[in-house]
Amino acid sequence: MSTEERLQQRLAATGDAAPPMENGELLFAEPWEARAFGMAHRLCDAGCFEWDAFRDHLIAAIAAEDARRADDAPYRYYEHWLVALERTLADHGLAGDAELGARARQLAARPHGHDH
Amino acid sequence: MTDHDHPHDPDAPEIRAEALESLLVEKGLLDPAEVDAVIARYNDRVGPLAGARVVARAWTDPDYRARLLADGTAAAEELDIRGGPGGQMEKLVVVENGPEVHNVVVCTLCSCYPWALLGLPPRWYKDPAYRSRVVREPRSVLAEFGLELDPDIRIRVRDSSAEVRYMVLPERPEGTEHLDEDALAGLVHRDAMIGVARVRDPQA
Repeated sequence: MSTEERLQQRLAATGDAAPPMENGELLFAEPWEARAFGMAHRLCDAGCFEWDAFRDHLIAAIAAEDARRADDAPYRYYEHWLVALERTLADHGLAGDAELGARARQLAARPHGHDH
Repeated sequence: MTDHDHPHDPDAPEIRAEALESLLVEKGLLDPAEVDAVIARYNDRVGPLAGARVVARAWTDPDYRARLLADGTAAAEELDIRGGPGGQMEKLVVVENGPEVHNVVVCTLCSCYPWALLGLPPRWYKDPAYRSRVVREPRSVLAEFGLELDPDIRIRVRDSSAEVRYMVLPERPEGTEHLDEDALAGLVHRDAMIGVARVRDPQA
């Protein structure tokens, strides 16, 4: 199976939790969304986790927001994607919440205008 | 990443995503170039483009058109388009729209769809309302898509399944005689290959 087919199969299996698309093309509002998308697929390709494990977290994250979100609030699909990826990696002992939080605080503390 | 000012909130998703990537790279689990490659491949290769190539070839090569209508799977393979999700080869059936018959594709049971040709299905394709109504009242559903069909045109609803995937070969619009295959492929869009739209005349 080619990579494209694997991608398609996984996204198809994601069902109602599938990413936002326009005319069959994925929509990324910001660059980090594409990074989060690419990371999840690449890690799954590399055998770090099964797609189903990630998908279950994604569906749960979306359902949790649906339950509390106001109808007119913007829908932040890739934030759920990212949360699902973090939870999947934590489940598999690959990246813990503590080390991730520490790295995020480090990055957030960089001076303005830092070229990264 | 970009060089614009980054947020100073460690909980901001762009910071979380960057932190996650740097951590995974450090652990040797991820190579940023591989992430780039996934994104690029997705942007370039997956989408309705493959189906558009098939349609444009059929419009310009009558022999190919005949082979496509006789055996869609084999004709798609001629253009190096093969397989579907799971890698197994479902049967691809291509049906032609014309002045007398208009085909429209649905999957009444779930969302069977020719992925390899059309990429991912649009959200409405999975919608229970489309799946049930297009069978009962196809003319009204097509009108809601903006496609008003002459009452003389017969509508055939094609129900895809796990075994058979349908794709529509739309009518070539008038005024495109001077266009080559690549230019024609650029006109063909997903909805026309599902049968809920026509390919528009580029001059119109």
